[in-house]
Amino acid sequence: MSLAAPSDPAPPPRPASEPAPETGPSVGGSDDDAPPRPPFAQDWRRIARMGAIGAVGQIFISLSNMPVKLDGRAIIEGVLSLGYLSLVVLPLAAGSRVGHQLRREGVPFHRPGAHEVVGGAACGALVGGGLSLLAILIANFNLREPLVNWSPILADLLAFNRGTAFAVVIWLAIGAAVGAAAGLLRVVPPLARRVLWTMVLTLFGAAVLESLTTDLAEGMGIEALIDWFYAPRGGLTITGAIALAAGSGVLALVGRGRIKGAKARIDALEGPARNRAQGGLILATAAVLVILPMFAGKLTNELLANVGLFVLLALGLNIVVGLAGILDLGYVAFFAVGSYSAAVLTAATSPRINPELPWFVALIGVVILTGLVGLFIGAPVIRMRGDYLAIVTLGFGEIIRLLFLSDWLSGWFGGSQGITNIPGAEIFGLAEVAGTDPRSVFYLVLAFCAIAIYVSWRLERSRIGRAWMAVREDETVAEAMGINTVNVKLLAFVVGAVLGSFSGAIFSAKVGSVFPASFLILVSIVILVVVIFGGMGNIVGVIAGSAVLIGVLGGPKQPGLLAEFSEFKLLIYGALLVWMMLARPEGLIPSVRRTRELHQEELAQDAWLRGQTEDDHLENGEGRS
Amino acid sequence: MNDGERLPLLEMRKVNAHYGAVHALRDVDLSIYEGELVCLLGGNASGKSTTLKTLLGMLKPTSGEVVLDGEVVNDRPTSYRVARGITMVPENRRLFKRLTVRENLQLGAYLRKDSDAIATDMERVYELFPRVKERLAQKAGTLSGGEQQMVAIGRALMSQPRVLLMDEPSMGLAPALVQQNFELISQIHEAGMTVFMVEQNANMALGIADRGWVLQTGRVVLDDTAEALLANPALRTSYLGGGQGDGDNEAAEGPAGESS
Ligand SMILES: Nc1ncnc2c1ncn2[C@@H]1O[C@H](COP(=O)(O)OP(=O)(O)OP(=O)(O)O)[C@@H](O)[C@H]1O
Ligand SMILES: [Mg+2]
Repeated sequence: MSLAAPSDPAPPPRPASEPAPETGPSVGGSDDDAPPRPPFAQDWRRIARMGAIGAVGQIFISLSNMPVKLDGRAIIEGVLSLGYLSLVVLPLAAGSRVGHQLRREGVPFHRPGAHEVVGGAACGALVGGGLSLLAILIANFNLREPLVNWSPILADLLAFNRGTAFAVVIWLAIGAAVGAAAGLLRVVPPLARRVLWTMVLTLFGAAVLESLTTDLAEGMGIEALIDWFYAPRGGLTITGAIALAAGSGVLALVGRGRIKGAKARIDALEGPARNRAQGGLILATAAVLVILPMFAGKLTNELLANVGLFVLLALGLNIVVGLAGILDLGYVAFFAVGSYSAAVLTAATSPRINPELPWFVALIGVVILTGLVGLFIGAPVIRMRGDYLAIVTLGFGEIIRLLFLSDWLSGWFGGSQGITNIPGAEIFGLAEVAGTDPRSVFYLVLAFCAIAIYVSWRLERSRIGRAWMAVREDETVAEAMGINTVNVKLLAFVVGAVLGSFSGAIFSAKVGSVFPASFLILVSIVILVVVIFGGMGNIVGVIAGSAVLIGVLGGPKQPGLLAEFSEFKLLIYGALLVWMMLARPEGLIPSVRRTRELHQEELAQDAWLRGQTEDDHLENGEGRS
Repeated sequence: MNDGERLPLLEMRKVNAHYGAVHALRDVDLSIYEGELVCLLGGNASGKSTTLKTLLGMLKPTSGEVVLDGEVVNDRPTSYRVARGITMVPENRRLFKRLTVRENLQLGAYLRKDSDAIATDMERVYELFPRVKERLAQKAGTLSGGEQQMVAIGRALMSQPRVLLMDEPSMGLAPALVQQNFELISQIHEAGMTVFMVEQNANMALGIADRGWVLQTGRVVLDDTAEALLANPALRTSYLGGGQGDGDNEAAEGPAGESS
């Protein structure tokens, strides 16, 4: 019977407005919940296992040098740095996880209580113990040879400069405290939990977005306010943090349910009213995106432009992977072809031919050339399926880069020197878009993103979009329906290629130079991660994925808001992807379609299993009275 | 059987087909006339699905001709043949599982451009299967087996076919549904559709068919009217894998017999 439970939708949590039942500290469960478990009747085995996993993870993080590198970035001045934050993430997660109970039909759900706090503390202490262990090991052995970060700096960081013994004790204590706090979060009423989370996330967000907000504030002439919130050397001031926490807490209290309610109301709308609501939302977003850069400085606009370039790439790949189901691992090829062809067509310095066309005219050539390359690569590739296709596209992605790099074509593309001094894009004589003016680049990117979004949106709902999805679902049957699968897949490939080439053409005008080294395979991977992270087949998800990953962590070469992370970007990308696949395969903002499909599958499995177990009962003569 | 005057709607003339070196169809001759309900019988791996694939153009014959309405279509792609009126309900239904029922039906009409007529055909499918109309927004993969069969047939009908190819329509259906399914097929046939179905369930298929063929390792070994085939004692013992047809039959009729 336990088989049937895992994805049973949990009963909706009690509306916060209802008074909590009088009995004890319990909230968040129904009245028939079992009483809290006694504090020390723990599942020690589970605690040990999770503690051990957490400890290993925390040691790994430490030895990746993240804490030392990120220590320079303050979150709250003098209180917490990003480095120390990276040392308490796992105790927090483990402490919270260990108190997690599944709500299963027929299995009592114990109200959270002291049991969860004790369990969290124990588990957190174990994770913290990992750091204590590390401190001892660093003090007594020298493993600097294989592990470059096995350093006194790390030891000092762990010990708060007070010696190994202190490190051992303090990390056990910190782990236990953090774990207990995580357990406590399960015990407090949902309202309090929400307020607490809002406060924590606001503080974290404010710290992460520091450069962005400072920049915007300068643009709007309210530096004084910002100076009060942020310390001169980075991080929130203590007073600022307190004010922010209080403010956001109050907002969370007041605004609880409001946003959800508004969203539900919009979802409930139908027909023209719904279209109007959505149209309004889109217009508002567009207005913000148009107005925001006017107040923002260079850095922010640069960041926005980079995000936009990746949104454009991700939207293109989304058509190929998300809609048509073609796993293209060499998508960077089209970005490269777009950049290089724009460079050749516009730059006077292009080695062989240099027509020096205006950017917009060159764009026509770029589209044609990239479309042709898309056809050329696509034609052989499209005939393959699944993993073969993925491998071959991977190969083509590299081949294109190597061609640009080769001596053979260096007369055309400049080999490893690339093409430099590419002029900016002239917009009908109105404006000049170049890297020196990131704001104009952003506006140009924004315009192309709007086109790409519209095209994706229309295609998704068109006959051709349906054909793509049919091919994705079952190629043989799609063919039997009369769909010319080769043409349809090729079209997806070419549309994706052209969208990618827009991004490339803007990129070359923005940066002013193109080198083969800008088009490493890593770019393909990052775009794919963005698409998967955001939610395959979902336009809003793909945009959100780019904004979060590229904006915060940074692109393959572009710095994000957390520039300190650049060294650990790939580590974090990988970890995120693994976590995503395990916990949320539908992506950050799933399309309604995919959530339903993923979860319906689970439900169907559950139903099937339940059927099986019932059958077993029947066979054993137990069931049915 | 049929007067020589009439041209067959769909025909195979001495068709041979290979999968690589494997010889899957050997000199197969078939002819299907407008308005008929005919069936192709045969044991596992006898080449039944291959015959359908060849008719639909998903496999090219190595020799011989596939003739659609008097035209040799050997070199025509599947899309051409679908547009000219062949359609298939594939083995195991194979709906586009993660698309909605509506999208599945729309894909059946993929090659058609006449949106008004498509809408009327949709209505016709709903009339035939009221259940389908209730499930339009549901993912096809979450339908029950019987509902999936309805959508699969509906999807095929959406292409406005002149001849409906069905690959083992009763496969994987619960015994009680098998009977219902054959009734449905003969109902569609009576409404004027030409049906060519592939089956292993000889008794049930021949019960509703006009004529039939028996295929054995890619060769047509029997070609006769349904009654004659049913009466032929050799049908099951030598061609359908030794009494297997009986087994099928029992499976299909057993529970139905119980419930009545
Ligand atoms: N794609 C393929 N590649 C190679 N051989 C194939 C392929 N498809 C079918 N065959 C072979 O061709 C022969 C006929 O297969 P076919 O699918 O037509 O049989 P069938 O009569 O439909 O059988 P069943 O009743 O089991 O569906 C079999 O021996 C099979 O192994
Ligand atoms: Mg078959």
